[in-house]
Amino acid sequence: MLDPIFLSLKVSLIASCFVFVVGLATARITARNVFAGKDVVESLFMLPMVLPPTVLGYGLLVLIGKRSALGGLLMDMGIQLIFTWWAAVLASAVVAFPLMYQSAKAAFTSIDLSLEHAARTLGSGEFRIFFHITLPLAWPGILAGLILSFARALGEFGATLMVAGNIPGKTQTIPLAIYSAVETGDNEIAQKLVLVITLVSFLTVFWLNRWLRKKVTVWKKGDETRVAVSHP
Amino acid sequence: MKNTVRLLLAICTVCTMLLGALTPGAVAADKTTIQISAAISLKDALTKLTEMYAKKEPKVKLQFNLGASGLLQKQIEEGAPTDLFTSAGKKQMDDLAAKGLIVPDTRVDLLGNELVLIVTKEKKDTIKTFADLADKAQSISIGQPETVPAGKYGKETLVSLKVWDKVEKRIVYAKDVRQVLTYVDSGNVDAGLIYRSDAVALQGAIVAATAPKGSHSPIVYPMAMVKSSKNQEATRKFMAFLQTSDAAKVFAQYRFIALKGKH
Repeated sequence: MLDPIFLSLKVSLIASCFVFVVGLATARITARNVFAGKDVVESLFMLPMVLPPTVLGYGLLVLIGKRSALGGLLMDMGIQLIFTWWAAVLASAVVAFPLMYQSAKAAFTSIDLSLEHAARTLGSGEFRIFFHITLPLAWPGILAGLILSFARALGEFGATLMVAGNIPGKTQTIPLAIYSAVETGDNEIAQKLVLVITLVSFLTVFWLNRWLRKKVTVWKKGDETRVAVSHP
Repeated sequence: MKNTVRLLLAICTVCTMLLGALTPGAVAADKTTIQISAAISLKDALTKLTEMYAKKEPKVKLQFNLGASGLLQKQIEEGAPTDLFTSAGKKQMDDLAAKGLIVPDTRVDLLGNELVLIVTKEKKDTIKTFADLADKAQSISIGQPETVPAGKYGKETLVSLKVWDKVEKRIVYAKDVRQVLTYVDSGNVDAGLIYRSDAVALQGAIVAATAPKGSHSPIVYPMAMVKSSKNQEATRKFMAFLQTSDAAKVFAQYRFIALKGKH
């Protein structure tokens, strides 16, 4: 009963960390650059959100299975991903990625570009601009993306079942445990786990909504002054 | 603002440390682990048998991957590390055998099952036999015959008992046996066809009749060792255990028919 809860939290936390870093980087690139095939790349990034998770899971299974080039390469390096909780992290991260990417991209495009330009004329390097201007200004949107990714990763079922398997104590996350319990008529455990995951998801989204409302109103009131004061 | 960024960085660091701490510790050093992909309908029986086996062979750890037989088959085809496969359908095992992924001489038909007719509380006095379905049931649920083995057997039964033509338009197809059970148990569908082993979970509905022998092709649960298994000896030992009379008793408790171990 406790195993799936801890495993779910662990898997979705780590998946969110990956998604955070990769999502920020890719969103920053597509939000500020124009390059050939951008539309194609952006559509590809959104694909995991549109495809049914089982399709995605099957794709991942083939991709990291030992009969594929990538899977074979990993195998030679002694890395077995299928049926480990790392595969669950992979599945959750892939499924949650579009949420992070889309939110971050929207946040990056919505901020006033002249602030970045101003910093550039004052001699700031790109890294400094990113961490001191872009990131703080885009923060509410980015955090929203992060929370949504976490929530999505927490609820991931289809792709995880495919690549990580449903192994109690090893890869059985809360959604998989609920599936097992329902399939075998173990209603009591199913109901308890449904309660847990609903509660965690509800609290996450509830907190996000409250926090965002507070943050956004503050920012609308004192946007310019705030930036000017904290980065003289 | 900076604090939030720091907090986030801190969370990332903690996660990384967590990883470092957890990754190597997961596998116990001197235990052999047998990885078993098993049809999810066998979960309860196998859990019980695992406890028994742990007392017999304390050095062997049994790890189960539970799912629909078709999915388990795909995973094995893609090289997922598996020692033993117990399938709820003959077809999945045949497919793996055709691809040369199982060890042929280890394959046995471990279990059998029966198909039963279940009806809701309200209809239990009107629908008592398969023949009653023809005019007394407003709706009947079976699994999708193409994908759900129980649905295939169900259709065969209705066809061979000559009621299929009369009920075909009133059939509600379900994605698995569990869904049939839920439909009937909740009173939304009058009758359904499920395995006897699944009928244990019924809460309101009752078992009205058993499909007569010969009205459908035999229901078997085959098992076989996967060719790529790295623990062949331990796997064979566990397979032998599953065929003992002790194991047969456990399977019988869960309403499966043990085809082996009846001495």
